Amino acid sequence: MARSANLSSFRKGAMAGLAFGLIVSPFGVVFGVLATEAGLDVTQVLSFSLAVIAGAAQLTAIQLMVEEAPTIIILASALAVNLRLAMYSATLVQHLGDAPLWHRVFCSYLLTDQSFAMSLDRYERHPELTMGEKLAFYYGVAVPTAMIWYVSSLAGGLIGSSLPSGYGLDFAIPITFLALVTPMVRTLNHLAAAGAAIVVALLLAGLPYNLGLLVAGLVGMMTGAQVEKMRSGDTA
Amino acid sequence: MTGDAQIWTVIVGLATASFLLRFIFLGMVGSRALPRWLMRHLRYTGVSIIPALVAPAVLWPAATEGQTDPLRLAAAFATVAAGFVFKQFFAAIAVGAAVMALGLTLGP
Repeated sequence: MARSANLSSFRKGAMAGLAFGLIVSPFGVVFGVLATEAGLDVTQVLSFSLAVIAGAAQLTAIQLMVEEAPTIIILASALAVNLRLAMYSATLVQHLGDAPLWHRVFCSYLLTDQSFAMSLDRYERHPELTMGEKLAFYYGVAVPTAMIWYVSSLAGGLIGSSLPSGYGLDFAIPITFLALVTPMVRTLNHLAAAGAAIVVALLLAGLPYNLGLLVAGLVGMMTGAQVEKMRSGDTA
Repeated sequence: MTGDAQIWTVIVGLATASFLLRFIFLGMVGSRALPRWLMRHLRYTGVSIIPALVAPAVLWPAATEGQTDPLRLAAAFATVAAGFVFKQFFAAIAVGAAVMALGLTLGP
């Protein structure tokens, strides 16, 4: 009984997960190609996607490697892109916090924009779901998405390593990022955050070690948060 | 220079720290939600860091030794415009890449 409910929950998640995976797969291929252009071999490309499962952060690291930034700056900047994952983790506690530890470990590893958004939406619409059903739905979304991410990165890595290097791809990373970030700008708050970050990044572009990037990111976050607060009339 | 040691350091470091960011709250049973002001800031990490990373590379591309390049500006603009119109990654990147390829083919 519970088992068939879990299975049905997994299937519902998997439908969404497969769709997301297909949407994300071009990005995986692009990541793989660009990573090999930046000097990673196929093993490193696949390891990167297996270990990190966060496209924007992975590509941030690649761009900064190309710019020959120091390792510490590469890590700090890529992690700044991933800070939102902590917010997702905090939000999911109310739904998955009572699951066994090993489930929470796997759920954490598989936590992405897609698995977070789809699962939270489902949990909020169906408060009657059991823990088993919640976990089954989560894995249903997250496992296919992750699998497709690994495979598409690997495919990109194989394609990239067969291309002659320096194939006029210098501008591919900026284009990829713009394509990735523009659909994320959904409200005036997002626009304000992006605008402030751009202005500060340009003003501080001369700072050593790409430090301007971190300052600009921080100013963008503060601007977005401030505008959100003003627009919602929230005084907290 | 991008050496093997640096690449593996970045992969392992990013993997470990990203897992910790994901696990930090889920791992602690019954932990309370993050304060609202912090959640509000974290919502804007992606739309802040990524444009900040891209803006200098668009205006002063490394390939032209930092000289502003009309073609790369046009490609960037087309990508953003397509991203706003179609709200979809693949359409936006396709438009941007098409402008770039067209410009390189027709250009000097």
